[in-house]
Order: sequence, then C-alpha cells, then structure tokens
Amino acid sequence: MSKVQAFYHKHRTILLLAVFAALCVLPFVVTKALFVRYACNILLFATLAGSLNAINGYSGQMCLGQAGFFAIGAYVCAIFSTRFGVNFWLLLPISGVFAAMVGLLVALPTLKLQGIYLSIVTLGASEIIRIIAQTWEPVTGGALGIKNIPYPWLFGLDTFRPKYYYFIFLLIGVLFLLVTNRVLKSRVGRAWISIREDQIAAKSLGVQTSFYKSLNFMYGAFWAGVVGCAYAPFVNYIEASQFSTDTGFNVLAMIVIGGQGTLLGPILGSMIVTVLTESLRFLDNWRYVIYAVIIIMMMWLRPQGIAGASHSVLAGGKIKRKPVRREGARSHG
Amino acid sequence: MSKPMLKVENLSVHYGYINALSDVSIEVNEGEIITLIGGNGAGKTTTLMSVSNLVEKSGGRVLFREEDITNKAPDKIVKLGISHVPEGRKIFPQLTVYENLIAGTFGKPKMGKQKIEALVEENYVLFPRLKERMKQTGGSLSGGEQQMLAIARGLMMDPALIMLDEPSLGLAPIIVEEIFTLIAKIRDIGKTVLLIEQNASMALSIADRGYVLEIGHVTLTGTGQELLVNPEVKRAYLGV
Ligand SMILES: Nc1ncnc2c1ncn2[C@@H]1O[C@H](COP(=O)(O)OP(=O)(O)O)[C@@H](O)[C@H]1O
Ligand SMILES: [Mg+2]
Repeated sequence: MSKVQAFYHKHRTILLLAVFAALCVLPFVVTKALFVRYACNILLFATLAGSLNAINGYSGQMCLGQAGFFAIGAYVCAIFSTRFGVNFWLLLPISGVFAAMVGLLVALPTLKLQGIYLSIVTLGASEIIRIIAQTWEPVTGGALGIKNIPYPWLFGLDTFRPKYYYFIFLLIGVLFLLVTNRVLKSRVGRAWISIREDQIAAKSLGVQTSFYKSLNFMYGAFWAGVVGCAYAPFVNYIEASQFSTDTGFNVLAMIVIGGQGTLLGPILGSMIVTVLTESLRFLDNWRYVIYAVIIIMMMWLRPQGIAGASHSVLAGGKIKRKPVRREGARSHG
Repeated sequence: MSKPMLKVENLSVHYGYINALSDVSIEVNEGEIITLIGGNGAGKTTTLMSVSNLVEKSGGRVLFREEDITNKAPDKIVKLGISHVPEGRKIFPQLTVYENLIAGTFGKPKMGKQKIEALVEENYVLFPRLKERMKQTGGSLSGGEQQMLAIARGLMMDPALIMLDEPSLGLAPIIVEEIFTLIAKIRDIGKTVLLIEQNASMALSIADRGYVLEIGHVTLTGTGQELLVNPEVKRAYLGV
C-alpha cells in the first residue's frame, strides 16, 4: 500500500489539480439539480467538519459545540445582508471574526478544563447560542427566523441555482484547505499538535498551552463562522432549529468516521454521512439508528477513522517498519 | 566558589494530602553533572516538575542564576535556559524525528532559522542514529532511540541547564551505557546537567555530586565517588 502513497507523493500537484478540475466540471456533468444540491451539502459539511477537525483533531480539545459557531456565522450573514445590505463577500470574513470572538469567549473560562468537562461547556455554549437565536426576536426573528437572505454576487451567475452556488462552497473549501495546510506546518500548528500529543511535554518544551489552545478554538470557530455565512443565503431562510446540537453531533460523526487529525478525513466523512443520510431516506428516522451503529462499529474497528493516523492505508505505511527497526536497535548493542 | 546556577531552597510539594516533598534543598553549579537518586515515589520527578513550575509548590524557593523563578510560567523558565526532558520520554510519536527536534524550539520563538539548523546539525553529531532516522516517525524508534530523541529535543532549546528525568528507564543495560556516555558528552559541550536516576551506580559514576532522596527528604549528599562507596547507598541502591 505504500505504493499508493509513493505515487501520491510523486504526483501530488498534478493529482490535486486533476481532482480540482473534476470538481469544477462536476455541476455541468451532473445535471440533476437534486444531486448538485447534495454536492453542495457535501462541500459545505466537509469544510464545517474540517473546522471542527482543526480543533478536535489537531489540538486534542474535544469541542462538541461547532453548531453554535456555525449559527453565529449564518445569523451574522442573514442579519447584516437583509437589514443593511452588506455585501456577502465582505460578510464572509466578518462572520468568521464574530464566530472567532465567541470562540474566544468559550475558550477562556475553559482553559483549565479538559476532556469531558470542556466538551460539556462547548455543548452548553452551542445550546445557549441556539436559544438566544430563538428568543431574541427583534434581531434574529425568533422562531420565525430570517427569510429572503439575498443570493451572493458571483460574476453575474444565478447563484440561486445550486449549480452556481456550488462554486462558492468549492472556493471556501479550497481556501480552507490551503490556509489550514499552511497553518499546520507553521509554529502555531506544531504547537497545537504538541498539545494534542502530550500536554505536559508541550508545557515542558515551553509551549504556552493556554495561548495556543485559545488560538486553536478561535481558528476552528472562525471557519465554522465562514461556512455558516455561506450556508445562510444557500438555504435562503434560517431559523434556530437548524443549529441544534444534532447538527453539531452530525459534524462530529463526520470527523470520527473520516478520521481526525488528517485533512482528508473530514472530506471523506462528509461524503459518507451525506450519501448515507440521503440514500437511506426511505427508512425515515430509522436511518439514524444505522448511522449510530456505523459510528459504534468505527470506534471499535477503526478508532482513528478511515483516513486517520499512521495505521491507515491512506496516511500510513510507516507502521510496518517498526518491528524491524526495534530488532535492529537491539542487536546494534 | 561562584554562586550556584540553580538553587532549590526548602522546597515542599503536596498532592492533596500526600506530602511528596518536604524541605528539599539542592544546588547545581555551572558545568556540573548533579544527580538526584532515590527509589520509586521518592519525589524525584516532583522535584524537576517544581523547578519547571509544572506542579504547584506549597513552600520554598527556586533560584536560577540568582533570579527567583519560583512562580514563573513554564514557558518563561524555558526562555531563561532551563530544559526539562520529562520522565517517560514523551516524544511525539506521530511526528517525524526532525519534527520532534523542531518542537524543541517552540519555547524560543525568537530563534532564527539558521540557529535552528545549526542546533539540528549539532544534535546529529551527538546522535548520529537520529540523523539516519530523520524522516521516520518518533513512534517507530526503539526505546533507546526515543530517549536520545527526547534528550536531543531538549537540547534544541539551547539551554544552559538540562534536566533529565530517568533517561535509563526501561532500557537494556547496553543502551543505558550509551545514554550515560552521551550525558557526559553533553556536559563536555558546556551544558550543566541535573540528572534524575534510579540507576544509582551509573548515575553516581558520571556525576560530580549527588543527592539521595527518600520519601520526600534529602537524606544524603556528597560527591559521586563518596556516595558510591557510602555503605548506606551501597545497601539501599547498589544492591551490595
Ligand atoms: N499527580 C499526582 N497526584 C498524586 N500523587 C502524586 C502525583 N504524582 C506523584 N505523586 C506521589 O508523589 C510522590 C512522589 O512521586 P514522584 O515525584 O513521581 O516520585 P519519583 O519520580 O521519585 O518516582 C509519590 O508518593 C507519588 O505517588
Ligand atoms: Mg519519577
């Protein structure tokens, strides 16, 4: 299997460009509007799952509240575009910044908390955001939500058609991957990974763990906000129930299934979960049972996810060498 | 003699009701290898963690080059030039050897690229085996190599003082010997070493001075040679 890897590494740029080109022609090849909508959903959720993966997968903090940051982005977009006519492209970063600020608010009091305690706080925060959205009627429209969110400008294309809106999601997804890839290879990304691997070791190396953990939370929240901003005009109408903890767990399931701590994992996860939930629609709510069973199986058989960790076909190939080296080292003496 | 580089004064640490350290005082002079020996649970790790301020102290002071670092943040302590190689190595198994080394420079954000590369090269000279395995993940190394990586990572901070927590833990005798030879080399390139060990005979034989720690108290101190021949040390730690 290291052949697959070697091939990928050798032709990396070409392969990635080919995938990108294929993604660009997809909405013109797949003509059924419903399928294009699914493709949009996959891209949207791939980035949202990616933003959660930036937190859970790279700094090892267990955030369960991604739906909350997503909601912030969606509401910022909906409110500012319907009331003040602010341009969508301007709102993308603004939504991200709003979500990041809320991320910081959640991160600061929770810095000393770990594991399950942190998770509970993020879950609570996400619910508080949803409840505020549901009750603060003058601003968020309360239970009625916000309607007629204007479609973004995209070189004069009819973005109310998923076929064209698709490119907005694609653009955001690609941007997210490029930026995140850079960040992960920088000092900041390595500090996150060192915290994930071993917090005490990271501290003993002089990593300011609180600082980097807050930064990590803000980074993940930022992108969730950006995705939320892109989501609002896409569905044209938002209301609080779209941002329930179900959405949060859905995104969590994607990174668990796809594999945390890899850039590919959330994309695979989003594809699998979206295809499953759509194709099993005829089973009605029973599909969630199937879904739960899949997650339990994953935890059992491949806790690192499909693309996860070094044991994986897609990410690994290193593990094989291990016993050989061990023996080598022993006989060395 | 000049002022000690590191001075631990009347240090006490409690974990809840457990009294892990009481009234421990240690001095480390520039250019020395000082060892702290003692059995399991004697409080050796706790002593190092207190110097790095990774555990809360209930009493006492820590001075580094006459500066009070008792309550300084761990990252500030690293910046002052103290490197702590934690017990159980704690290398990053999923990162490559090279990335692990780079992780050692986290605490020194001002360090330039050239300096970092120079330090990496310096480490490759000390640990040629790491150079060979540069692109392998930390987790794929043998125990001895992982320990070398942990020490090398600690040296990447370019510290004045390096504190090693039981580097011989769980290693075959032949590898242990190699590690101790390296520790002596590290002193020879100008670092001061505070070495924690259960392997008393090896530690004392390379140390300038040593302290014996028993259930949170310093019970004996002397030069490495003095302690090696001390009847109590012999009985309790050298198994003679
Ligand atoms: N995190 C902790 N919580 C409670 N007790 C601890 C903790 N760490 C160490 N101890 C206790 O403190 C004492 C000293 O431990 P330690 O410093 O690890 O000893 P050593 O490194 O010499 O084996 C032991 O009795 C140990 O059980
Ligand atoms: Mg110990």
